[in-house]
Amino acid sequence: MADDPLAPPAALAGDVTVPPAVAGAEPVQSVCTPIRLSYTYTPGRALSRYLQAMAGKRILGERCGVTGQVFVPPRGVSPLAGTTTAGVVELADTGYVDSFNITRVPIERRPDLKPPYCSAWIVLDGASVGFMGLVINIPPEEVRIGMRVRAVWKPDDELETSAANIGGWEPTGEPDEVIDDYERLGRVGGQQP
Amino acid sequence: MIDVAVVSFAQRQEASIPGESEVEFMVPLMEQAKAAVDLTQADMGFTCSGSSDFLAGQAFSFVMTIDGTGPVPPISESHVEQDGAWALYEAWVKIQCGGIDTAFVYGYGKSSPGSLRDVLATQMDPYYVCPLWPDSYAVEALAARLMLEGGHVSERRLAEIAARSRVSAASNPHAVRSEPKTVDEILAEDHVLDPLRPSDLPAEADGGCAIVLAAGDRARELCERPAWIRGMDHRGDAHTLGVRDLTSSMSARLAAQHAGVADDKVDLAELYGPFTTSEHLLIDALGLDEDATAINPSGGALAAHTMMASGLIRIGEAASRIWSGDGDRAVAHATSGPCLQQNLVCVLEGD
Amino acid sequence: MAAERTAVIGVGQTKYAAARRDVSIAGLLREAAYRALEMAERTWSDVDAVIIGKAPDFFEGVMMPEVYLAEALGAVGKPIMRVHTAGSVGGSTACVAASMVQSRVHRCVLTIGWEKQSESNAMWALSLPQPFATSVNAGAGGYFSPIIRRYMMMTGAPELIGCMVAHKDRRQALLNPYAHLHQHDLTFEQVVDSPMLWDPIRYSETCPSSDGACAMVLVDEASGDAHDGPVAWVHGTAMRSESNSYGGRNMVSPAASEQCADDVFAQAGIVDRRAEIDAVEMYVPFSWYEPMWLESLGFASVGEGWRMVESGATALDGGDLPVNCSGGVLSSNPIGASGMIRFAEAALQVMGAAGEHQVDGARRALGHAYGGGAQYYAMWIVGSGKP
Repeated sequence: MADDPLAPPAALAGDVTVPPAVAGAEPVQSVCTPIRLSYTYTPGRALSRYLQAMAGKRILGERCGVTGQVFVPPRGVSPLAGTTTAGVVELADTGYVDSFNITRVPIERRPDLKPPYCSAWIVLDGASVGFMGLVINIPPEEVRIGMRVRAVWKPDDELETSAANIGGWEPTGEPDEVIDDYERLGRVGGQQP
Repeated sequence: MIDVAVVSFAQRQEASIPGESEVEFMVPLMEQAKAAVDLTQADMGFTCSGSSDFLAGQAFSFVMTIDGTGPVPPISESHVEQDGAWALYEAWVKIQCGGIDTAFVYGYGKSSPGSLRDVLATQMDPYYVCPLWPDSYAVEALAARLMLEGGHVSERRLAEIAARSRVSAASNPHAVRSEPKTVDEILAEDHVLDPLRPSDLPAEADGGCAIVLAAGDRARELCERPAWIRGMDHRGDAHTLGVRDLTSSMSARLAAQHAGVADDKVDLAELYGPFTTSEHLLIDALGLDEDATAINPSGGALAAHTMMASGLIRIGEAASRIWSGDGDRAVAHATSGPCLQQNLVCVLEGD
Repeated sequence: MAAERTAVIGVGQTKYAAARRDVSIAGLLREAAYRALEMAERTWSDVDAVIIGKAPDFFEGVMMPEVYLAEALGAVGKPIMRVHTAGSVGGSTACVAASMVQSRVHRCVLTIGWEKQSESNAMWALSLPQPFATSVNAGAGGYFSPIIRRYMMMTGAPELIGCMVAHKDRRQALLNPYAHLHQHDLTFEQVVDSPMLWDPIRYSETCPSSDGACAMVLVDEASGDAHDGPVAWVHGTAMRSESNSYGGRNMVSPAASEQCADDVFAQAGIVDRRAEIDAVEMYVPFSWYEPMWLESLGFASVGEGWRMVESGATALDGGDLPVNCSGGVLSSNPIGASGMIRFAEAALQVMGAAGEHQVDGARRALGHAYGGGAQYYAMWIVGSGKP
């Protein structure tokens, strides 16, 4: 092994002769090579149904045929059983905050979000898992684990086949869900497998 | 070595599967492969998969697909960003470590959301080659011209390979290009990437496959005639096209030697040759005699090219012909990278 | 037939930094590989196979980079494989490399984990526009902060435990010449006063974004016996994965974490985890994960992890279970390498080769990595003696 294994090979270590046109130019340290690839995504069966229902202000989950757990947003598969989901379940647009985060830094893709803002796992009534949403119409520092919330839909004339139809989740004012035992704090959502 | 066999195989390949996400079309295949040998995920000693984020256009894309296995309770699992054939290799090695006697392997990919030819350009050297955006099919055309002009192959020979694939594909329900064409009809095709014609190119497909491996007595319990892996090896060539001989495949030859291809007769070979030129090179590198060995009875990747799964599908296709008694000894091959840069060879035998 | 006993005889790391503009991707890997080969007293031609791992290809914009790296890694004519299991990948890659020797398929394997995040834009790579979902989180912190909040509420942990971990790891990093962050004058108060990013996570409680590579040389028993230099013997390896979304999932201590730990400790024959392990290198990208993993890995009972931190038990200076003596992920985070660094640093400890951050007389050490939505796990236990 060479004395200094990280040194360039001897053949390269000597003087390099460059054409007069570039003599005295700065050595190249890096090159910028933009990569552009274009993809046409398709959401798949479950998410298509979910997004189409969103346009009508409906939230569709899907049920595991083996355990009965309800997943939302649905991915078309039950991770508990390794099977295609067995059926569609329409869920209420109310639920509770399972846990939350107060973001105090700006986020590149959402210039509309002014920090601090609260993102939370929302567990819908009847769902077995939580998903991320914004908690709005309440100061972030007043958000609580267990707080009841309902969807704040965009105005009807702005509805699309998009999860963005729900602008956020606001407090309902109902009493909080009680999540105070160890077991439930460690776990997310309702049912255990 | 511990005797390990391929005991179950399920696949799906279509020109495109636009209506289903990867996990949605993989779940039925996973269930089918396990159900065929009456196993569940909980029975699997190890699970390994192969897929590509660049193909999916999404970072951590495999995280969405693992749910299809039913990984609750947790599973002993790994993933390679390579063709599923390398996932099978990893699983085979894991069984060789002892302590487990089953493994579940899958590979999948959808080329239809993007342009495979452009996506594969990002495999090339990121400093010197990728910035030029070489069309990955045109890169193979460079090799083809070297082969043709160097007298290593004739255009007629390439057309014969293409015609043979189409004939074989006619009996493969998973083939996406199977309409018959004569050699003369193929030679009459206009060049698309001179010297390559449309029939010289892979038939792009979306899809995937799932395989169950089992060791020793467990394999015999699960399968009437297990397809035993008698040898498996993979090797790589240099990446830089200018420093290697594109008219032969050193790494395929080496992998074939280490896998023991020449130790006995070969009844059939499933070769992952995306192009007619690659199939020609592989037959030579693996030392196959076309009079004695059925080459690509499935039609091969010319008939259906499912990126990230085509290699694993070759292993499944070869194994299923051992199960059925169509052959006693088969060779399966997988490749990765431009111009057959990496090659994996697997020798399968019936009892 | 039992698995082949496997030894680590070489560890090599690059200097970790925000941007290693002095080397190409290949140069970065070679820097780590050379150092590992040098320690192992091996050359490229001694290597039977190369097993590499990194996180998403989009981080550098190179698809399946083992293809491009073949020559640079001396892999022409040899097998080369690429593992990708999200954030745990560096650990998983080491496990796969070990399996190549344990299975007797190869006798000498070079394994490398790396990330060169400066070549691309990691934030971009992680948040490619998804037409179907709304983006409400800035980075991984937004995902993990609610889990940390649950842990704090569950255990009643004092608010500044996370700051204690961050301060400890950044102090320990000063003893590791390869660490990215060397904040010589950082005080505990400065950690506490650093801006809240993802409440309850402060800026100084988060990991940096680093370029870097880590390599190891693994060999079979006979080669390990014959080796003159320091040797770390592999006593157990384990990988576990689970879904990141099902009802009743324990997000604070996921089942995959607990079962992976049970497996690896059982393989190593360890009963009293805290007493029998001398050093831990665990994957702590956000400070609070130290007490959380202490509990999940069985070093502390539920709700007691933060007490270990508070008592100083996990400090190199005076603790009985020193954690992340290298400075950990909080001080260097080349994502695809971060798991392997944990495994390699564990090996260095039992080799007695950890330099200034050596735990005196370390005989057995745990390397730990996790990834995805806290759903992928890789662990190994290495020892100074044979298993």
